Amino acid sequence: MKKRNVNEVLLQGNEAVAEGALRAGCRFFAGYPITPATEIAEIMSVKLPRLDGTFIQMEDEIASLGAVIGASLTGTKSMTATSGPGFSLMQENLGFACIAEVPCVLVNVMRGGPSTGLPTYPAQGDVMQARWGTHGDHPMIALCASTVRECFDLTIKAFNLSERFRNPVILLLDEVVAHMREKVTLPEEGLVEIFDRVKPKVPPEWYIPYEDTPAGVPPMASFGEGYRYHVTGLTHDVRGFPTSRPDEIGPFIARLFRKISQRFPEIQMGEVDQVDGADITVIAYGSVARSAKRAVRDARERGIKAGFVKLTTIWPFMKSVVEPVLKTSKVVLVPEMNMGQISREVKRVNQGYTRVVTLNKVDGTIITPEEILDRIIEVA
Amino acid sequence: MSFRYDIRLGGSGGQGLIMMGIILAEAIGVYDGKEVAQTQSYGPEARGGSSKAEVVVSDEEIDYPKAMKVDLLLTMNQKALDEYYQDLKPDGLLIVDSTFVKTVPVANAVQIPFTRIARDRFKKEMVANIVALGAISELSSIVSKKAIEAAVLSRVPKGTEKLNRDALKAGMAAAKRMRKSGPPPEADTWENEDI
Amino acid sequence: MEEFTKLIHKYLRHDKKFPHVWCPGCGIGIMLGALIRAIDRIGYEKDEVVLVSGIGCSGRLPVYVDFNTLHTTHGRALTFATGIKLAKPGLKVIVVMGDGDAVAIGGNHFIHAARRNIDLTAIILNNSVYGMTGGQYSPTTPFGMRSTTTMYTNIEHAFKISELAVTAGAAFVGRGTVYHAKLLDGLMEKAFLKQGFSVVEVIAHCHTQYGKLNRLGGPVEMLQWQRDHAVTVESAARMKPEEMEDKFLIGVLADRDLPVYTEQYERIRQRAKAGQGKDA
Repeated sequence: MKKRNVNEVLLQGNEAVAEGALRAGCRFFAGYPITPATEIAEIMSVKLPRLDGTFIQMEDEIASLGAVIGASLTGTKSMTATSGPGFSLMQENLGFACIAEVPCVLVNVMRGGPSTGLPTYPAQGDVMQARWGTHGDHPMIALCASTVRECFDLTIKAFNLSERFRNPVILLLDEVVAHMREKVTLPEEGLVEIFDRVKPKVPPEWYIPYEDTPAGVPPMASFGEGYRYHVTGLTHDVRGFPTSRPDEIGPFIARLFRKISQRFPEIQMGEVDQVDGADITVIAYGSVARSAKRAVRDARERGIKAGFVKLTTIWPFMKSVVEPVLKTSKVVLVPEMNMGQISREVKRVNQGYTRVVTLNKVDGTIITPEEILDRIIEVA
Repeated sequence: MSFRYDIRLGGSGGQGLIMMGIILAEAIGVYDGKEVAQTQSYGPEARGGSSKAEVVVSDEEIDYPKAMKVDLLLTMNQKALDEYYQDLKPDGLLIVDSTFVKTVPVANAVQIPFTRIARDRFKKEMVANIVALGAISELSSIVSKKAIEAAVLSRVPKGTEKLNRDALKAGMAAAKRMRKSGPPPEADTWENEDI
Repeated sequence: MEEFTKLIHKYLRHDKKFPHVWCPGCGIGIMLGALIRAIDRIGYEKDEVVLVSGIGCSGRLPVYVDFNTLHTTHGRALTFATGIKLAKPGLKVIVVMGDGDAVAIGGNHFIHAARRNIDLTAIILNNSVYGMTGGQYSPTTPFGMRSTTTMYTNIEHAFKISELAVTAGAAFVGRGTVYHAKLLDGLMEKAFLKQGFSVVEVIAHCHTQYGKLNRLGGPVEMLQWQRDHAVTVESAARMKPEEMEDKFLIGVLADRDLPVYTEQYERIRQRAKAGQGKDA
């Protein structure tokens, strides 16, 4: 036995999410029990009260996200965690958080679906729901972790992006990552970059809550701090009051998009390895990215020039990373635990540059390195 | 070439396989300092149903986190053995709980009645998994005895430390005897032995 | 009248585009007046009041008044309010809902907020119909009445909102009408001052939809109906059951001291910080 490093711990993905959330400054959690995300709620119920935070188990997932948004309006960093069925219920208030620009973090541990589906088995079937699950048009930020350390880091990143852009941020895990335990060394307290929402500096009578700013993200006042303003799920003017004027509606929706699209480089994260002149490049995310990495390594040992791309940011889709890969690879393979969701995005970006092939699995089991390697050999 | 060692623990829900996986991963990862990834697969039942825990050990960052070809297979019932035996490497180590596993496919399988030891000696079947961990640390060099003891003690409920330490030692002792004497002609011989 | 002008200037938003969305003759204004008068009498600072609403005619109420205001999704107002109250217990959180809001789409949230005894006040404008969407039947539309989705008459049975709140565990439940404006003032004040979950059900009329479909007359006739069918709790005590058959109770229906969620949670925090109780 070696001398133990006290910062090294064996953590489960869900535990790392909870640790990351607390480190990011999350002080409010509302949720509803659901496999395979429940551990996050259990940990938060124990740890939040110690930090003067609040945990509540609501009557359903709709209520959970409602409470999270309410808490966030008081200036409290807030989150919830769920799985597919609960994520479906949350879509209503997710849209509210988008239009009212209320920061919050929503963790969705994906399991097999549709409906109750496969509670204890992994899937990646909620990728498109994360983007298009609500009604109406709005941008969305979704990140996807494939290691326990990433569960920690991306939860913090999710809070930072949410506070920075006043937009809900979805963290997608799959059952494998959420329940996997790995040895991680968590960074020391104070070494983690934390972003807090910008509050108004003007006196209350000058405050225009939804004013357009150069960055498109208006400062956000907290309820109870003297800035009395109106928050609504109706399309609103710069003062937050409902509007039906086309000259106010258009610029408002445009700003919602602009605040995200202008800042893609700050949001988009991933890993790109040996894609130049690759015979084949594998694009993957979540736990499948780990299988893909292994398969790419095995393919290289067999003399195949294989490239690898891991998408950490799922939405907004990383066109800037994927497009060059499509231009330089002879074939692009997208393995996913669904019937083809990110592959649709890859095909959308692929304007005739190359051949895009898929490997889809929806039987409740992870895609193995052998399966990806077989497909690589088949199509390369 | 990098080093990779895949462990699979199989049985039914309630036998403590996932806890076994967690303790093993903590011992190897945190106390012995190797890279580990521990995963599991289980049905919706809290008790009964199939349960499987896996630990992948490496000296570098682990890509695929689940077991591929298995270096060490420990099964706590017949069904798990029958299902997973095909994944065991030709030179892999097979350990079974002979309380429940009556038919083994190879002569060199290590057959120890973990559950019977837990039941007879400690009056608590639930420590069968700790007895099994003791046997693993004796039979395989993948985890050190000190590390497994430290990990067990860090994970078990307060007040049960002595029970679990004794269970661990019993597993080590049973495995040691096994090593010395070689495999018994029949698993049944264990049933009459005073352990 | 001078008093009224003062209240209007103090509490209505100056920068909001009036006129409001409500029909002439609607009772919501009376309810809003009672709410403002009660807040003014108690003397809450405008900064400490949060007014939360759901969807429908009542949902539009907060936008006109100068508090922290939040217009949420249909039926979910209590869930947002729960988050606000728990994250900042010092705020006075008042939730305004309609009958569809509170006991149809938000019925589950309503009974659970009452059960938890969260320190919120729920004001429910009960006009027996979905007004804004054009007069469809709600969970409080009486049996046998017409709506735009029960043109052959309603065969469902109406919820009694206040009685539901009492059963679900609310600390305070009062029912008034927009006709009995003075009583409403008092009920609101009592509800705001109550520690725990308090409910004020406000029986109101929708002459535009419900009244028209059921030939109940205009606002005047419908207000007269409220006058003639509401019986105070005190008067009812002296009446025979058969006299009460077509009547409904107004006044304080429940007022009890129960453990309040926010106070209980603060205790949990203290125990958690002291390392107590998790394993016990």
